[in-house]
Amino acid sequence: MSLNLNATFTQLENFGHSLRASSYRIPIKKTDDIYEAFQLAKKLGLKVTARGTGISYNDASLNGGGIVLDMRGMNQIVEWDPASGVVRCESGVTLEQLWQRVEPAGWWPPVVSGTMKTTLGGCLAANIHGKNNFQAGPIGEHVIEFTAMLPTGALVTCAPRKNADLFYAMISGLGMLGVFTSITLKMKRIFSGLIAVDAWPVPTLSRHLNDLREHAPTHDYIVGWLDAFASGNSLGRGQIHGARQLKEGEDPNPKNTESLLNQQLPDRFFGVVPKSMLHFFMKPLMNNVGMGFVNIGRYLLALRAHTFRQSHDEFHFLLDYAPGWERSFGRGGLIQYQSFLPKETAEDAWREMIQCSHRVGLPSYLGVTKRHRPDKFLLTHGVDGFSLALDFKVTDSNRPKLSAMLQEFDRIVLDAGGRFYFAKNSETSAESTRRFLGDAAIAKFKKLKKRCDPQGLLESDLYRRLFT
Amino acid sequence: MSEQSTPIGSTQGKPAPATPLNPRRRGLIIGASAGLGAELARKLAREGYSLALLARGKDKLDALCLEINSQGGNAHSYAHNVTDFDKVPALLQTIVANLGGLDLVIYVASVNNPPGGIDKFNFENDRAMIEVNLIGAMAWLTPVAEMFQSAKAGQIVGISSVAGDRGRVGNPGYNTSKAGLTTYLEALRNRLTRHGVNVLTVKPGFMKTEMLKAAPGPTPFAIEPSVAADHIVKAMKKRKQVIYTAPIWRWIMLVIQHVPSFIFRRLSF
Repeated sequence: MSLNLNATFTQLENFGHSLRASSYRIPIKKTDDIYEAFQLAKKLGLKVTARGTGISYNDASLNGGGIVLDMRGMNQIVEWDPASGVVRCESGVTLEQLWQRVEPAGWWPPVVSGTMKTTLGGCLAANIHGKNNFQAGPIGEHVIEFTAMLPTGALVTCAPRKNADLFYAMISGLGMLGVFTSITLKMKRIFSGLIAVDAWPVPTLSRHLNDLREHAPTHDYIVGWLDAFASGNSLGRGQIHGARQLKEGEDPNPKNTESLLNQQLPDRFFGVVPKSMLHFFMKPLMNNVGMGFVNIGRYLLALRAHTFRQSHDEFHFLLDYAPGWERSFGRGGLIQYQSFLPKETAEDAWREMIQCSHRVGLPSYLGVTKRHRPDKFLLTHGVDGFSLALDFKVTDSNRPKLSAMLQEFDRIVLDAGGRFYFAKNSETSAESTRRFLGDAAIAKFKKLKKRCDPQGLLESDLYRRLFT
Repeated sequence: MSEQSTPIGSTQGKPAPATPLNPRRRGLIIGASAGLGAELARKLAREGYSLALLARGKDKLDALCLEINSQGGNAHSYAHNVTDFDKVPALLQTIVANLGGLDLVIYVASVNNPPGGIDKFNFENDRAMIEVNLIGAMAWLTPVAEMFQSAKAGQIVGISSVAGDRGRVGNPGYNTSKAGLTTYLEALRNRLTRHGVNVLTVKPGFMKTEMLKAAPGPTPFAIEPSVAADHIVKAMKKRKQVIYTAPIWRWIMLVIQHVPSFIFRRLSF
């Protein structure tokens, strides 16, 4: 590869704009490019990380001072069979490309994240979950097979019954065992472009968790919004959205609703204000007082229980609803702290965490809850319980306090038998990781790493933070 | 923050990766073993920079790293002679990999070998000054500028001198090397500002360092290097372009630059 490496030096960011690291970015267009990049890295003694659209909340796709493979160029949907719902894609294909391809034929990706901008390679590396995690599991459970290039240059194909150990480790493996090249997924059938949503308020934390658990079996998707400002008896109050896919025949005109024209996110609020300007209007509210009022207002609006239908993309891709919203958090950006707790301990642990955030004076501006179940993947974050994701604004002055608070959170979560998700938390330490994954899982992962990557070529900032 | 796994002051291993709540910037100081370079290293380490420190002699550099790392900082030493121009690209790549990126480069390395009187000439001395003060800077800042231009981010600081503002009788080679460096930095600034890169030219007057001993005659307004380092870091934060330190030199040099030649060539300083 003849390449002026200095001219590829690029400053890369995470999703929340809270972290920057410069790397040599090499564009990848085909599988051979990955092989050549590996050879170059070996020659120069540099570490390699694959990066898709770079929208994990932490350092998963950053590799400061090393080589970053820009996988966005490997973005072909190679095979799509509308009869069986099986699709084979290159790993740089985004969920956006995927759903727009399959939805008009009456299919939908089995698991999607809160943004459609993620690449499938990134989805597998983090083993993403959606609002249907409690029944559908993470995306890995819907992978029929994938092919990946190992740092040795070998191409391996894995499926649940073929190279199973690698299958269950590379999915959730943070891109540290190999680089995905091709992914085959099974889509799920839909009978309408619309989805039936029930929304109702929950006045307390125990009602919140109780409703998530009780109403999950009667819905396909369930997600809660939690007002992290509320205290006392109202602590943990919020609103739950449970969504059900329409059955065959419920939508008299599925062809119409499944058309992409019906699936476009509106680009203006109230038909007037362009959404790209939202962060401009939000910025003045992005402080404890402003967001306190926003959360109260939101709860008052939530008090009316109601049922409605909306398009799939409107329901799923909340993070894309207002592009650039993360900019409203200002120069320091935002971080997200997500904890996964068993159903038995979740309520007490989260009460303690939210009270702690009030005491410290750093309430979360946005809280989101989901229902989960365990899965078989090696570095899994799945639990039979719930997750709570809390967004925090980072400023030059709150860093030490926020850092101390998150360490306290880690202690609470680990004591309660909880887990973490590698696409989210940015401050988890190697010690905390060891505690929640367990020595056996880490040893198994390291052994596989040694086998796939004997020279230790693949390393991200996240890997160095958590596993070295 | 400080690494337990590797010996302190070692060139092995990497600093702890930055996180949003522990955002370490990464800096490279060329010519860091003593004087201004060492003071800049101490100051930037306190500001939360992970540092790569370069100098010819490893002993003083290791002692400095030890001092910085024992106070919770993060510094690594690299022995390097800036006249080994061919070794620069590979060493830079190693440093960037070890630091985990690069946000700031400061070129401090400088020698001052006066010819030994206003009627003496010494080509070997002149050549050494040009090689260290000017070509060494170009050898380092060329790949750095290329990287920062591509990244559309970064900051370059070059330590030039008031001596570059006028050719004087005392040390033609030194004047030339610093005038060349000042002009080179200005040209880099003009190239890189449009790419979001800041280039700061620092023109110190007299500083109480080893180099001061080389100066013949009186040394007015001499300041401690730590004072100059404070001044430079402040200017870096404001992304300034040219500063004199101590600031009074701006006015002194303004006057000196405007002394007409028919007078200036009769002066003996």
